[in-house]
Amino acid sequence: MSAEINAAGRYDCREAFAKTIEALAEKDERIVAVVNDSVGSSKLVGFQKRFPNRLINVGIAEQAMVGVGAGLANGGKVPFVSGASCFLTARALEQIKADVAYTNTNVKLCGMSSGVAYGELGPTHHSIEDFAWLRLLPNLTITAPSDRWETEQAVKAAAATEGPFFLRISRMAVPDLVRPSDAMFQIGKAETLRQGRDATIIANGVMVSRAIEAADQLAASGMNVRVVNMASIAPLDIEAIRSAAETGAIVTAEEHSVRGGLGGAVAEVVATSCPCRLRILGFPGFLPTGSPEFLLERYGLTASGIADAVRQTIEARKAA
Amino acid sequence: MSTSHPRAELTVAKARQIRRLALGMVYRAKQGHPGGDMSVTDILATLYFGALRVDPANPNDPKRDRFILSKGHCTGAFYATLAEKGFFPLDQLDTYMQPLSKLNGHPNRNYTPGVETNTGPLGHGMPVAVGAAIAGQIDQADYRVFVVVGDGELQEGSNWEAALTAGHRKLANLTLIIDRNGLQQGARTEDTAALEPLADKWRAFGWDVVEVDGHDHDALLSIFTAPTAGRTKPLCVLARTHKGQGISFMRDQVSWHHGVPNQAQYELALQEIGQ
Ligand SMILES: Cc1ncc(C[n+]2csc(CCOP(=O)(O)OP(=O)(O)O)c2C)c(N)n1
Ligand SMILES: [Mg+2]
Repeated sequence: MSAEINAAGRYDCREAFAKTIEALAEKDERIVAVVNDSVGSSKLVGFQKRFPNRLINVGIAEQAMVGVGAGLANGGKVPFVSGASCFLTARALEQIKADVAYTNTNVKLCGMSSGVAYGELGPTHHSIEDFAWLRLLPNLTITAPSDRWETEQAVKAAAATEGPFFLRISRMAVPDLVRPSDAMFQIGKAETLRQGRDATIIANGVMVSRAIEAADQLAASGMNVRVVNMASIAPLDIEAIRSAAETGAIVTAEEHSVRGGLGGAVAEVVATSCPCRLRILGFPGFLPTGSPEFLLERYGLTASGIADAVRQTIEARKAA
Repeated sequence: MSTSHPRAELTVAKARQIRRLALGMVYRAKQGHPGGDMSVTDILATLYFGALRVDPANPNDPKRDRFILSKGHCTGAFYATLAEKGFFPLDQLDTYMQPLSKLNGHPNRNYTPGVETNTGPLGHGMPVAVGAAIAGQIDQADYRVFVVVGDGELQEGSNWEAALTAGHRKLANLTLIIDRNGLQQGARTEDTAALEPLADKWRAFGWDVVEVDGHDHDALLSIFTAPTAGRTKPLCVLARTHKGQGISFMRDQVSWHHGVPNQAQYELALQEIGQ
């Protein structure tokens, strides 16, 4: 199994999200979109034109938006509730807990422009805590796609699967990954993109292509590093983490806080069932102002940053 | 525009300067919210140069009037106002949204003197303002609390929760200014989640309401400087404004909510604003 990076272009995953929803809505009348003055920023202008009665804009009111989504699900609709991830998940957290996860409603929460896509707008607009606070909620499936193909697959899976979902949709442009023709997207299953024995990089979202590049850099210096795309954070592929632990060193990389996200989920498994060297790459806390790329670089969330972390983690294991 | 109020000549000149500075910041940063910057500028200029008792040399003076910009996306106008007032050097405005700048896209009190509370997510300013007003009431302090919200922002329920408390507690030291430009991010408010009849809503919540042209300096100044002694209720100033005010091609255009001018547009806009 191996995936290559298609260097031809970089794409905003919101476009794939919107295109897929439109195509699904064409066939399935139950599909509706719910937004908070976020038609444009969710790329739903086309959806609104085609299905004006099926786009519910509640205005700037995230708590109502999620509750309305739960009510629409109660009425037999399949609501894609879509807004900037920071406001959708933080402002409406109790609605997500009570009306969606606990009530176990068929609501598809779509967090747009997650991570540090709004870099210069500051910590209020960064969504680097969403994995942490949503990962605690039972019943909620959480997925962070890595490219356009995976975004499309995740949207389709969410539509086809009864129950609460959170889709974390990136705005920061990412390349397409060229996967084997039999590649399949499965909820709760990690995807091994590079085989390897010396260490494992576990990443998701915008960090996946960077993880592949890091593995390529390390391969050039003779290191054989596995790359695992952990798009699904909940349910979590525990087997893939146990297997990664057998390589002796794990580095996780996510566009999220170092606390409570992908790294936290992996750490819970590693610490309780398969101890090994683990390094968590992510953001340390409230971030300064800067472009998305500036922030990723500053905190080592680049191919070379990941490669350095892998080298250090392997060294530390050898020294121990 | 008539400038009969003794301070209006100054506030009109300051407003012109704030518009120029804010536009330059957005132009250089290649992002920002110029539509809302322009609609709130006259409110900021009349407050800071005609009404607020704040001292840039002592920004944390416990006796100061409190000002909260709840529509925190309008930092172009807000930072320009604070710098004009002397809270920090004007040349710092050049760093707007640059890497590691103190002038983040949304105001941060830990970086920027004169900012009372960090805003950016809409619907946060009102509850904080209500809290500050209650503190003043408890202490029988004579400072006043002013908060500016966007009209689209009023769709957030937190505003109405805070409005209930303010009405209930008769917070006469609290003044809310609604920047009623009729537009939110993607459309008109009345085509999204309609607010009208807006003045009636505030009255029903136990507030006094005064409606005003939000670009008329005389009118704004006379409201903001009117004695508060006889007041028994919080005051809602429903300021009718225009997004993009002062720049013909931006005025009332929803696309300029977060549009960025190109060079020709920037130069034309500066010409229209004037020196
Ligand atoms: C809680 C929250 N939801 C969404 C946004 C995104 N957003 C930023 S500005 C804006 C529109 C605000 O409209 P309005 O309050 O009328 O402000 P103005 O017209 O003065 O710019 C939106 C939806 C936000 N900042 N906070
Ligand atoms: Mg408005």
